[in-house]
Amino acid sequence: MAAKKKTEKYSREFLLELYRTMMRIRAFEEHAAECFSKGMLAGNIHLSIGQEAAEAGAFAAIEARDYFTSTHRGHGHVIARGGDPKRCMAELFGKRTGYCKGKGGSMHIADMAKMNHLGANGIVGAGQGISAGSALASKIMGEDSVTVGCFGDGATNEGSFHEALNMAAAWKLPLVWFIENNCYGVSTEIHRVTNTPDLATRAAAYNVDYAVVDGTDCLAVYEAMSAAMAHARSGKGPYLVEAKVYRYQGHYCGDPATYRPAEYMENALANDGIEKLGTRLLTMGVEQRTLDEIRAAAAAEMDEAVKFADESPYPDPCEVTDDMYSADNERCVAR
Amino acid sequence: MSKMITVSKAIREGLLEEMRRDEKMFIMGEDMAVMGNVFAVTTGFLDEFGPSRVIDTPISEEGFVGMAVGAAMRGMHPCVELMYNDFVTECADPLFNQAAKLKYMSGGQCSIPLVLRMPMGSGRRNAGQHSQSLEGMVCHFPGLKVVAPSCAEDAKGLIKAALRDPDPVVVMENKLLYAKKGEIPEGEYITPIGQAKIRREGKDVTIISWSREVNFALEAAETLAKVGIDAEILDLRTLVPVDWDAIRASVAKTHNVIIVSEEVKRGSYAGELSAEIAEELFDELDAPVERVCGLNVVSPFSPVLEDRNFPHPEDIAAAARRVLN
Repeated sequence: MAAKKKTEKYSREFLLELYRTMMRIRAFEEHAAECFSKGMLAGNIHLSIGQEAAEAGAFAAIEARDYFTSTHRGHGHVIARGGDPKRCMAELFGKRTGYCKGKGGSMHIADMAKMNHLGANGIVGAGQGISAGSALASKIMGEDSVTVGCFGDGATNEGSFHEALNMAAAWKLPLVWFIENNCYGVSTEIHRVTNTPDLATRAAAYNVDYAVVDGTDCLAVYEAMSAAMAHARSGKGPYLVEAKVYRYQGHYCGDPATYRPAEYMENALANDGIEKLGTRLLTMGVEQRTLDEIRAAAAAEMDEAVKFADESPYPDPCEVTDDMYSADNERCVAR
Repeated sequence: MSKMITVSKAIREGLLEEMRRDEKMFIMGEDMAVMGNVFAVTTGFLDEFGPSRVIDTPISEEGFVGMAVGAAMRGMHPCVELMYNDFVTECADPLFNQAAKLKYMSGGQCSIPLVLRMPMGSGRRNAGQHSQSLEGMVCHFPGLKVVAPSCAEDAKGLIKAALRDPDPVVVMENKLLYAKKGEIPEGEYITPIGQAKIRREGKDVTIISWSREVNFALEAAETLAKVGIDAEILDLRTLVPVDWDAIRASVAKTHNVIIVSEEVKRGSYAGELSAEIAEELFDELDAPVERVCGLNVVSPFSPVLEDRNFPHPEDIAAAARRVLN
């Protein structure tokens, strides 16, 4: 009865849109993984497969005027934010048409002008200071935008987590931190190195409000994030949302993840967020054919993204010294 | 018209003028607001600009420098002070991995107009964690600009230039200069980033230096003049981008070079300059370039030991005689 009531709170269109976002994230990541296994990509990629529900739910609560930061596992955030999969894929390929002209790669996608995306970051914990600083800028300028710092469980053990949260709390900054807790920092299970069952509870130490939600339930995440955004926007200060998610792959694409017990993936697959929302939609009377079409459309879109990335030119080698400095670049780079 | 003013008051004037001119600028750091900074650089600022633009931070260097980077990405102009440059190790990531790199790594999408003031230098009997000169470390990272004024006039002119620059600028201020008076012009002026200045013209040897050691080099030049050695003192003022035209012109004139800095000699920026000169201007040189730097030790506490740890005028004069011998 309770579940039925909850479902009725949302329109079919809204739920289908969430489903589409989740499907597009998974399709993007599966395409990226295939390109990686074929040797089309250099370096490493870190995939969001298994975390789609949390990301779709969270970004549905974030408004266009808001800002966000991301991490090495950040492709899903870009798709959920409405970014262009072609430019995202091209960046993974190191192509000139990528979001960062091929200078950042998978771990560093940013789109400051259109998405208010202040950047994915390869340094675990760096986004905490940057997101808090963006929130500080909003407060000084008197803007009503909220900044969302997205990061994983591992980042909560960096000093920057505590330093930035303490300041954001003391100064009541419009900041939301969205923690996707997939329980693993590379190979290390979070509870082997952390003494609290949940991570967001650390907010209490700084007199900051928080919520812990099931990250495979995109509506639970959406609701928690909506409350968090309203809280931060109203001047009450920062808010932490911890979404418990599963990381289907290892740390990076190709990591066999032998360090994990078999139950981890058994639980993950039993709680797949896409499957769960799909079941819910079918219960509401949506036809399987509609869901299949969404899946097929996502796959076709990502086929196009791969084609675009593959056919795009690499940067001209002479661009290697461009964009180091905004002023006097040539002299600054010369010696 | 000019006036005599201490270096710390000159910095204060520069910050004050820019705070009044630029509403996107704000100041943050430890003890910057209520106390007005340990070197009185921001006294009265809190009253004039209020707590949203003059911010006392907790002792959280990584946190507040990281926040300054985020605010700069949003178009603000943060001016942050580290109480001592030695604390840069506490905020190494936001400075070296974020401020320095985010423009490049984002394909040029953003500028980071951040100014980081870093008091440095030996001679205040503060021992090894409050007395270093870390130019070599800071200059290493592409993406940062680095200035190091030697006098009141440049201290004001360069902080103003730094605050108007679109890139992250590290301003290295020698603490022993704060109380030193010098003449500065009345009214507004800028000392452009990237321009060295000849403090004393000479024909026999070029002494390249910056910050406090420029003053010691000038003293050494007077001693050398008495024995018939005519030293040219080139004050770099900016370390990145270095004024290579000025270095080349002076070396082409004197054919002998000494580089003087307070840094630990090993891995110093002085060493980098020495290598550049050796690589590019070898044919101009009559003798190997000599570096006059600090010893490869931790800055000691005892005055007797500490004073052996950074170059004095007599060390510079002795080096000049060696090079010309």
